[in-house]
Formats: sequence, C-alpha cells, structure tokens
Amino acid sequence: MEFFRIRKDIPFMRHALVLNIVSFITFALAVFFLATRGLHLSIEFTGGTLVEVAYVQSADINRTRTTVDKLGFGEVQVQNFGTSHDVLIRLPVRADVKQTEVADRVFDALCGAEQGTRGTKQYLTPQGEQVSRPSCTTADGKEPLTLTRTEAVGASVGAELYENGAWALLATVLGIMAYLAVRFEWKFALAGIIANLHDVVIILGFFAFFRWEFSLAVLAAILAVLGYSVNESVVIFDRIRETFRKFRKLDTHQVIDHAITSTTSRTIITHGCTQMMVLSMLLFGGPTLHYFAIALTIGILFGIYSSIFVAAGIAMWLGVKRDDLVKAAGKGGDPGDPNAGAVV
Amino acid sequence: MNRYPLWKYAMLGIALLIGLLYTVPNFYGEAPAVQLSGAKSTVKVEAAMVERVQQVLQAASIKPDFVQFDGGSVRARFADTDTQLKAKDALSKALNPDAADPRYVVALNLVSNTPRWMVSLHALPMYLGLDLRGGVHFLMQVDMRGALKQAVDTYASDARAALREKRLRFAGITREPNGITIGLPDAAEAKKARDILADRLPSLTWSDEPADSGVRLVGRLAPKAINDIQTQAITQNIETLHKRVNELGVAEPVIQQQGADRVVVQLPGVQDTARAKSIIGRTATLQFRLVDPDTATAAEVVPTRGGGTVGLKRDSIATGEQLKQASATIDKDQRPAVSVRLDDVAGRNMRATTRENLGKPMAIVLYEKGKGEALSVATINGEFGTDFQITGNFTPQETADLALLTRAGALAAPMEIVEERTIGPSLGADNISKGLYSVTGGFIAIAIFMCLYYMLFGVFSSVALAFNLLCLVAVLSMLQATLTLPGIAAIALALGMAIDANVLINERVREELRGGAGPQQAIQAGYEKAFATILDSNVTTLIAGVALLTFGTGPIRGFAIVHCLGILTSMFSAVMFSRGLVNFWYGRQKKLKAVSIGQIWRPDGAVPAAEQPDA
Repeated sequence: MEFFRIRKDIPFMRHALVLNIVSFITFALAVFFLATRGLHLSIEFTGGTLVEVAYVQSADINRTRTTVDKLGFGEVQVQNFGTSHDVLIRLPVRADVKQTEVADRVFDALCGAEQGTRGTKQYLTPQGEQVSRPSCTTADGKEPLTLTRTEAVGASVGAELYENGAWALLATVLGIMAYLAVRFEWKFALAGIIANLHDVVIILGFFAFFRWEFSLAVLAAILAVLGYSVNESVVIFDRIRETFRKFRKLDTHQVIDHAITSTTSRTIITHGCTQMMVLSMLLFGGPTLHYFAIALTIGILFGIYSSIFVAAGIAMWLGVKRDDLVKAAGKGGDPGDPNAGAVV
Repeated sequence: MNRYPLWKYAMLGIALLIGLLYTVPNFYGEAPAVQLSGAKSTVKVEAAMVERVQQVLQAASIKPDFVQFDGGSVRARFADTDTQLKAKDALSKALNPDAADPRYVVALNLVSNTPRWMVSLHALPMYLGLDLRGGVHFLMQVDMRGALKQAVDTYASDARAALREKRLRFAGITREPNGITIGLPDAAEAKKARDILADRLPSLTWSDEPADSGVRLVGRLAPKAINDIQTQAITQNIETLHKRVNELGVAEPVIQQQGADRVVVQLPGVQDTARAKSIIGRTATLQFRLVDPDTATAAEVVPTRGGGTVGLKRDSIATGEQLKQASATIDKDQRPAVSVRLDDVAGRNMRATTRENLGKPMAIVLYEKGKGEALSVATINGEFGTDFQITGNFTPQETADLALLTRAGALAAPMEIVEERTIGPSLGADNISKGLYSVTGGFIAIAIFMCLYYMLFGVFSSVALAFNLLCLVAVLSMLQATLTLPGIAAIALALGMAIDANVLINERVREELRGGAGPQQAIQAGYEKAFATILDSNVTTLIAGVALLTFGTGPIRGFAIVHCLGILTSMFSAVMFSRGLVNFWYGRQKKLKAVSIGQIWRPDGAVPAAEQPDA
C-alpha cells in the first residue's frame, strides 16, 4: 500500500498568503472568543465544590437543580455527566460557607428530596475489602441515589494552579524556542513558536467558544501536543535546510514546497496513528478523558496545518535565505555533523 | 551489515525478561487480608507483633499465606474471605480483650496477590491512584504563621525570663510577626541585654535602634531559623497524621508534604469522609498530674504503658497546650532523657508544685478518645519550672518515642483542609476499565494499520510498540509510581506518539529502496538517517514533559511522569528493539532480494524535477 503517490511538488507556498490570512482570522476569532466568553475553568482552577451522584432511575435535572438551589449556595450548575443517570453539580466558592461541608449538605438535600434518610453503609466487597460509605436509603430499603464522587477546592489552591499552569506554558515555549534557535536559527525558532502558539490559542478558542470545561487534564494535553507538533516544524525545517544544500537552483519558494511535499507522507501517517489512539480515548475514555481527547484532537489537526502553512509561511515572510543556512552547510560536508542527518 | 553482536541480542533478551518480571505483578490482582495497626498513639506495632499474630492464628487453627510487617502495621494474607473473617474475629478477641477500649485496629483489606519470590525481588504492582481505586484525598494547609507565632511567643517568654534572671530593667516585650522588640531605658542597659540575649537566644539576630524613651532592642528571626521552624512544624504534623491515620486501618495511606506548607493525605478505600476527618482532626490532650499512691482516694486511675495502673490527683499542673517542646536528649550523666519545655504560666505552676512535692511521683498522661494513659511516671528530684528533664532507665529509642508521644497531643501548627476529594469505589473500577479500553483500542488500531501498510516491517513496529508498553509499565512498577487515570491517558498518548519513530524509519527505508538501494543498505541507511529526526522529536516532546513535571501538582504530575518515561522507553524500543527484530529476521540473508515493507511506489519513470540534483 502507498497512499502518497505524489508526482510533483505541491505548490503549498503559492497559497501561503491566503492560508495565512485564514489563519490570522481564525486566530483573531479565537482571541475574540477568549476575551468575550472566557474559558469555562474547572473548579480545580476557580475553587468550588463538585458533587456527582448516580440515580437508579433517569435523573430529573430540574428537580435536582431546584433542590440544590434552595440551599442558597449561589449560582449552581446541574448537568448530566456521561449517562442520564449521573448528575454533576457544581457550586461556587462562598466565603460564608465552609467549603468541605458543602458536598455533604448537597447530598443531604438530594437524599431528602427522594424521601431517603442519610446513613453509612458498611459492607465487605467480594474481594474482601471493608468499605463504609455514606448512603441514602428509603423506608423500603432501596437506595435511590448514591454519591459517586465529590471534590472541594479552596480558592487559593485554584489560583495557584492557574499560576503554575501559566508558568508551565511559558517554560515550554521558552524551552522549545531555545531548542529551535540552537538547532536552526532565530527565524525558524520564531516561525516555529508562532505557529505552535497559534495552535494553542486556537485550542483555547475552541474551548471558549463551546464553553467546554477547561481542566488540568486539558492543560496537560495542550502542553503535550505543543511539544509534539513543534516536532513537525522541526522535520520540515530540517528538510528545507537539506533541500537548500542539495538543489542550488531552486528559489526559496520551491525549496519550501519540495521540503513539505517530501515529508507529507510521514506527517500524515504519524499524526494519523496518534489520532487513532486519541480517538480511542475519545470513544472509550468516558467523560473524564473526553475534553482531554478533544484538546488533543484539535491540537493534532491544527498542528499539521500550522507546521505546513503557518511555520513555513512565516519562515518565508521572515525571509529565510540560502545564506542563513549555508553557514551551517559550510561545515556540512562533515558526516559527523549532528545537524546533518535529520531528514525523513 | 545488519547483524547485531550476540551481546546486543542478549541485552534485549534480558530487558524483555526484566520487563516481564516487573509487569506481571500488576496482573495478579489482590487477595483478602487482615491488617493490624495501633488504635492509639501509645500503642506501637512493631516487627515482634508478627510472631504474636502468627501465634493467635495458629491457636485458632487458621493458616495465613503469610504474615508480614510493613512499617507501622502487620498484615496477614488469606486464601479466601471466609478465612479472612475468621482471622479477624480471632485477632480482635485475642488482642483487644476490652472491646470498649481497643488497643489495636483490626481491619479487613486487600494486599497484592503477587507470589513471594517476586515480592522479594521488589517486583510489585503499581499503586493505584484514588481515581482508580476509590477513596478520599485531603490537601491540608499548614498555618505557618501560626507556627511562627508559637515560636515567637516562646522567644518572648524566654527573653523575659533571661532578663529577669539578670535583674535588668526593661519596659516590656512586644511580639512581632517574625521577632520580638524589647524596650530598654538606655544604651548601657541595651548593651548588657544584647549580650545576654545573643548568648541565650542565638537563633535571633539582635540589633538596637533609638526609640522615644531609651533604646529599642530588636531580635529578628533569621531566614534560616524561620525555615527551621516551618520544616519542624510540617514534619511534626506529618508524624502526628501518620499515627492517627493508622487507626483507620487503611492499606496504603499516603501522607506527603506538597510544596512548602501543604500536606497531602490520601486514604484509598475510605469513603466515609466524616469519620476520616474526625480522626485526622482530633486532638489528644496531654496533662502533667501528681500521682496519688493510694488508688482508693485517687481522683482517677489510668493504665500505664508498662501494663500497670497509676492513681492521679485531681489537679493538672500543666497541659499539652502549654507544652512548648519535648525532645529526646542526653542528660549530664550521659543517660538518655526527654527534655521538656513549658510556657511561662505552666512553668510558674510547675515550680510551685515541685517545691512542695519533692521526692513524690508525677505522671504525664495522654488522653485520647476520652481515655487516659500514663506515658511516664517519674519522681520529682528537685524544684524546676519551665525547663526540665525526665530520666529513667530509658533506651535512646524509648526517649524518642516518649518525646514523640508527649508532642502527639498537639499539632505543631494548625491545619486546614483546602482541598477534598472523594471517589466512590465503583467509579474507580469504571475508570480502570475505561483507561484499559482506550489503550487497547488505540493499540489494536495502530497495529492493524501498521501491519497492513508496512507488512512485515509493520509487524516489527507493532511488536516494538508492545515492547515499549511493557517497558513503560515495568519502569513504572519498579519506581512504585501511582497510576492514575491521567497516567493511563499518558500511556496511551506515549504509544500514539512513539509509533512516530517507526513511521520515520519505515518511510526512510522505503525512500532508500525507491532510490534504488539494495535491501540491506536500505535498512541500514533507513535506521541511521531516521535516528537524528527521532531524537529531535523526542527532545521537543520532553521539553513539554519536563515543564509539566516542574510546575504540575497532583494529577498533572502523574501525567507528566508517565509522559517523560514513555519518551525514554520509546527511544529504546522503537530504535534498538525494532532494529533487533529486523536484524534477526533479515540480517543473515546475504542475498536478500526484497524486504516486506509494503508497496514501493515509483512515479513511473518520471522523477520530479526537484529530485534531480543539479550539482
């Protein structure tokens, strides 16, 4: 099998201007949505309380909402989580209520709404582990709902996570820039990092536009994908350098086109494989991994696009010339040159 | 040319074996067990307890798989849950004669079913994080200002005592957030005071400055001293938490410092947050009481640690809140001793009491859950106040224990729960299966694609990918890392990214073949030329991984560790291992005509213009 039967170099750069304009518009839109709608941060960042309960029957969201609203904890969000039986309740931080008691009181109220009484259920699992968990039983001994998980985060912890997340992003960007600058030269470093930051902003833009929940896991996905797609730019830049050396007659345009064309096959297959894994997470991973996988998907797709069009395009606008790379090529005859071999 | 020397094959073989050895324990599952730990601070479970447990079980004719001691608790594993329950009853009856006041917690839980010989090689399963196992997680903030304030209070009273002793006149001592200020009438007095205090309280740096009336002597805590106070406070709090958590009978509790001033407490299997919180937050109280030799007239009779009882008089001389410090030392006769320091008020009280009760015994009593126990009973040998020492026939270990218990009443600094998470047991099991399905699903999809697209080379790549998974799980198990759902996601992602290396190699080999190279040269060149790119791709990914590791906490750290390790193992498996497979298969065939790497497509005769080097 061979998917990529490309006879001629594809003139990617002929469309660079149009595509860069498209990129710029997407980027501007992403920034716009980030600014106007903002990110829907998970309680890990904002602080607050989260309660997940599982009903035996399909959950009545409205009734749950009314019940929780009556407690007066402020703006409450109630939604299904995964299945129609599972309900997720989010409550904001309140200065006057002790954070760690909120979840308990919410479960109390929900239990009361089902005419149940709160208790503690003790049992031994078939494996032989002693478990005692809070329970809600009705008069006829049934359990209309169970507490699946709770989470309470203080506001200060959240603020710190936010800060650390920003630091991690900054460290990654600087680290990658430094690496590209050493590995190539500043024009490529700048082009590579702009292209990939453009991806990050677009992923964030998606999260802002659809009001998807932005959690720590999503942040991890974004940073992981940032490191991953920069690699794409590295491969293309490597090819550009090699082509400059090999074909002296081609102009910058043609060199870039040739470099991108000859790496296409690898790019698509690699990203396709990674995407298969991510898709598997999206399908089987359940609600916890859902947004993680979505962030990765957007990151991978835009990673391909931006490496090809944005990174190479910017490098071209910045005026990459043969002379920039000939310095490296000056000693390029040396087979031991660590920079010489990186080609696909 | 595509042959590995024997030692390289041997190395790969050994890596495979080690990988298997350390991965396998994760599949053994868990077996029912009974865990024994102390119910009170004063009860210490030691290695000797193993024998006791064995005796009890033997007497009840119950045969455990094994009984082992692991730091603070004794665990016995059983074949089935019936035996487990019987063993629990037998142990409770034998070790807790008074059911109303149990000395030990006998809990039912699980231990790994890994065979003994593997355990002895430290081949153990990974820990499962709370999101995979269910349990509670607390993040506790230690109030460092509280700890500092306590320290400053002590310094203030010490300074007052020192100046009074030397009969220096001073206008009063003010406590500052990180030091004390003393008002003195003139420079001469200030000089004298400074000399005394610099000698007595060396952890403060002293300076004097003119004030409205006289001179102000300022003692500030050096940054190192502040640091010491904080480290000590958090260490003591962690020690105290360890003791209390024992009581919950949790199989693998995690109590760790996080950052400068936080403590993470994770209790797998515990769902009952209210009880967990009450135990963690409980304060035991300590009292210094005079002993009443006549138990009939005594206000209270409490057991001693040695097993006897002692009668106490009604009034308490000092309490745990007034205790400033208790530590193990050596007295002037070179005997192990516990040195105790009380605050001013308690010191005055102590001085008055000891003056009147020379030669009489005094007890230190620890009250936990409403029941008292005498930690030590000692004879008053002289008049003393805030500072004194308790000596006896102690071993250094005993004094360390006694000091710890004396402090156990109080936390060094107040703590507050800033983050709390509970995960139900069914959710944990659910998360495990979701994580496993994700990894398997993605792996199978990739393997099928690779095999179809690259034929035999695809098979090699898939085997190498499986080897990568094996290595990753083995390394994580060796490190005894905690596996979480983000960790599983990182494993999946690592596999999805690791295949990149094999794609690079295979594409390169194809390209060489397309260019007309012979099969053996193509393999050689393909692997060699792709290596630099593989290195590149891993460096950029690693940069992001390290940034996450540095700045991440909690779930992010779990993700980052797996992510970074996955990159390292993929370098090994995708390059060395897959090359080993290829060499093993093709390397010996000298007249190799073709390799199975899928169709090599050549643009029918017409080579693109750019492909023709003009040089």
